[in-house]
Amino acid sequence: MTDTAQQNLKEYVTAIIGGQLFGLPIVRVQDVFITERLTRVPLAPPEIAGLLNLRGRIVTLIDLRRRFGLGEREPGQTVMAIGVESRGESYGLLIDSVGEVLKLDESMREPNPINLDARLARVSAGIYRLDGQLLIVADVDRVLDIIPNAMAA
Amino acid sequence: MDDLLREFVTETNESLDVVDVELVRFEQDPNNAKILGNVFRLVHTIKGTCGFLGLPRLEALAHAAETLMGKFRDGHRATSEAVTLILTTIDRIKQILESLEREQREPDGSDQDLITDLERMVDGLAPATPRQEPQYAVGTLAPQVLERPLRPGEDSLDDLERAFRETPVDPPAPKPAKPAPGEAPKEDDVAKAANQSIRVTVDTLEQLMTMVSELVLTRNQLLEIVRRHEDSEFKVPLQRLSSVTAELQEGVMKTRMQPIGNAWQKLPRIVRDLSNELGKQIDLEMQGAETELDRQVLDLIKDPLTHMVRNSADHGLETPAQRRAAGKPEHGRIRLSAYHEGGHIIIQVADDGRGLDTARIKAKAIAQGLVSETDADKLSEAQIHKFIFAPGMSTAAKITSVSGRGVGMDVVRNNIDQIGGTIDVKSVVGVGLSFTIKIPLTLAIVAALIVESGGDRFAIPQIAVIELVRARAGGDHRVERIKDTAVLRLRDKLLPLARLGQLLGIDDKPGDVETGFIVVTQVGSQSFGIVVDGVFHTEEIVVKPLSSKLRHIGMFSGNTILGDGSVIMIVDPNGVAQSLGTVASSQAEAEESRHIAADESATSLLVFRAGSPHPKAVPLSLVTRLEEIDARKIELSNGRHMVQYRGQLMPLVSMNDKVQVKSEGAQPLLVFSDGARSMALVVDEIVDIVEDRLDIQVGGGDSGVLGSAIIKGQATEIIDVGHFLPLAFEDWFRNKDRPKRAARRSLLLVDDSPFFRNMLAPVLQVAGYEVIAASSASEALAMFKAGREFDVVVTDIEMPEMNGFEFAERLRADPATAEVPVIALSSMVSLEAVERGRQVGFHDYVAKFDRQGLIAALKEQTDVGRAA
Repeated sequence: MTDTAQQNLKEYVTAIIGGQLFGLPIVRVQDVFITERLTRVPLAPPEIAGLLNLRGRIVTLIDLRRRFGLGEREPGQTVMAIGVESRGESYGLLIDSVGEVLKLDESMREPNPINLDARLARVSAGIYRLDGQLLIVADVDRVLDIIPNAMAA
Repeated sequence: MDDLLREFVTETNESLDVVDVELVRFEQDPNNAKILGNVFRLVHTIKGTCGFLGLPRLEALAHAAETLMGKFRDGHRATSEAVTLILTTIDRIKQILESLEREQREPDGSDQDLITDLERMVDGLAPATPRQEPQYAVGTLAPQVLERPLRPGEDSLDDLERAFRETPVDPPAPKPAKPAPGEAPKEDDVAKAANQSIRVTVDTLEQLMTMVSELVLTRNQLLEIVRRHEDSEFKVPLQRLSSVTAELQEGVMKTRMQPIGNAWQKLPRIVRDLSNELGKQIDLEMQGAETELDRQVLDLIKDPLTHMVRNSADHGLETPAQRRAAGKPEHGRIRLSAYHEGGHIIIQVADDGRGLDTARIKAKAIAQGLVSETDADKLSEAQIHKFIFAPGMSTAAKITSVSGRGVGMDVVRNNIDQIGGTIDVKSVVGVGLSFTIKIPLTLAIVAALIVESGGDRFAIPQIAVIELVRARAGGDHRVERIKDTAVLRLRDKLLPLARLGQLLGIDDKPGDVETGFIVVTQVGSQSFGIVVDGVFHTEEIVVKPLSSKLRHIGMFSGNTILGDGSVIMIVDPNGVAQSLGTVASSQAEAEESRHIAADESATSLLVFRAGSPHPKAVPLSLVTRLEEIDARKIELSNGRHMVQYRGQLMPLVSMNDKVQVKSEGAQPLLVFSDGARSMALVVDEIVDIVEDRLDIQVGGGDSGVLGSAIIKGQATEIIDVGHFLPLAFEDWFRNKDRPKRAARRSLLLVDDSPFFRNMLAPVLQVAGYEVIAASSASEALAMFKAGREFDVVVTDIEMPEMNGFEFAERLRADPATAEVPVIALSSMVSLEAVERGRQVGFHDYVAKFDRQGLIAALKEQTDVGRAA
């Protein structure tokens, strides 16, 4: 039993967003950085916090609080971002703080509770019950699947 | 070594390496048309270039190899024997190249052996049908029949025979001809060609660019730190670092940019050689050679451009005899032009040759199975012309060594597609053919104006910016308001204004256009002012494409990293123009025709009241200025109201008896100017500027009224400006500095709208022309038929029955009228329309309300007429 369990271990980078613990598959995470000199983008979808220059690449920042419907961040707070890539483009996912890397057993992952907030359910790939708290596994592709709300415009 | 030759050797060696690999792949996968196409194209290019450089051995070899490959393309099975033969040919070409590089000329010797083999192979394949078993019997060889099928590993007797014949008999077939020891070229001589320039992949440059951006960022941080510590010992070395960094950045940027002229370098020679070879007289015109292009883009469009020019010379232009017969000058013309426009680089290749043969393209497209016969009949000419971009569509009746193997336009389009560009073709039979290539800015570096709005910085491409104006109350440039519309009075024009911040939804002081800077911007024929809070400087920026999550925002064309390391959004002037409600030039053709219809009906009108509560209107473009003057300044002289205006006495004319010139307060005036003269129309109130359809129900009862139209739901009188001008100056129409009656030129004005006829006629009379109006093209043609002569024709484009294009074509077709200059008028001057106009023979193309432009164009055309 132990052997099979070990084979199913998956590593997650954990992050706190609006008090909730989230995990992102470590294979998708490029880096973690502090956001500075953010350029806001007028007329952009609200989830898009802006753009910044990360080592010569333009990174699109996505505010996970807004994306997950977890309320607004207090101004003046230092904002961390987790860098991910999708289809050749660089994104930064804004979080409140980054936690440790956890190894979790795939078989322990549970499906979303049916009453999970729709905005979270849309991006969640399942739940882990950890000691004293729940961890939501964020599906990076679904997090990035932002449909511009103004296609018609 | 000659630059051209060196480049050829480098390029060809590269191409040959690819051919080697691809041929082998093709042998393994004979059904892969893509590989074959690629090989074919490379060999075709080599052949073409050799021809121009005067390398007969190489050309002959490549031609023979290509002919054989052409057979494969037609569906013949590629035998390994044939592939081997081609590979042998490639090896031979490489040998020749080697000595070419050393001695700068083709080595002596003959390749007849290989060429004969290649030709024999082609002949052997000729009667074959694609489905047949491998053909081994070839040429003059006596077919040797084996009684049993070949076993694996065995060669056919024919192969053996061939091998036997080839190996010993070919005496010179120079194996990498090792020259005699004494003559052995020195190592560094050989390496010379390679060392003069090195080829670096764009990826490497891209990476360098990224590193430099990083360096700049770090430098800026260091500078910031040092700034806080006054007496830092780092100060001096850091300054040095800073300037080196800046130079480095500039250098790296520069490596990516090249003027498009570099891609055109070879063309004059090519065209010269071609005209000799083809017995045609060809003039090559090149415009905008200095337009800078990203190196990557340049590389990709170089070959297509060369190809298109060759096509034009070979197929497009007629022989001098044919041209003479068609009534054209003997010299054919190929025109290459490049310029930046609205976030794109436009490259045009145009000739004045015979144009595309629509019928033949259609037949070929049907034969190639690209379209069914029934569907083809439904296609428009333009749609059929687009088939030339499909593979295998060469329509040259005979294959020449110049072009005509169908390698052309599909390859061209592929290359352009790769860089996200578009290519369009316009052809008019007997008049010429033009290709328009449009390449997006995303790969290019542009100069941009960095501005501030709502606390953020934005870049506006410098190309679109005409000038910067600082608006001040009471100054020459005043911002005015007509109801909710803010306009800038700039010299003789009224420019619509919009705050950038407001358009972007980030404004903290919406509607306030009185402060700040006005970036006067032009998109196509539309001008407008973008109001910003501050203007910083211009900077060369590398445009990077927007994230896919932001691409739907029409206001931005891209983003970039500035020298200081921050990200900045690039404003798209097209987007701004659209949101202003003005018409930006549309991309899609279909859209365009719709636009033309829509634009035709929308006119900017100035609505005012004079003498009655009913609104009156006049086309805004006719009004030079709107003024409000202090009523006390109005003087009465000789029974007429006058005002001192810009150092001159300007007469005031009342709209009608009911309008009272005010005795105190502000008196609104509509000022009309022509040359140095101005007159003002006294009105009660300026109400609004509206964009609306102008559908005049003619039959104005009063003099000075053209008729009524429904504007914004209200019946509105449209006034006749022409009526009022002579009221101010009796001699308005016979001014002494205008041409004398005898010298007046006759002008035929063709427009279906009575409104425009009535409106333009006085304007043109003022300019010194005797104006005859016709309400349709057929009426105008009838006048010519009746023997009337005109010095110049001004015609509308959009007319029922016969439009302006057809009208011009008809005029051109008749020798009696072919020389009369024709100026087209249209509400929308799009590039496409201008091009079409040029082809049908319009001498000029003027926006409908551009009075100054029309008069300038008239002057130019009639003066030319005189001189000629």
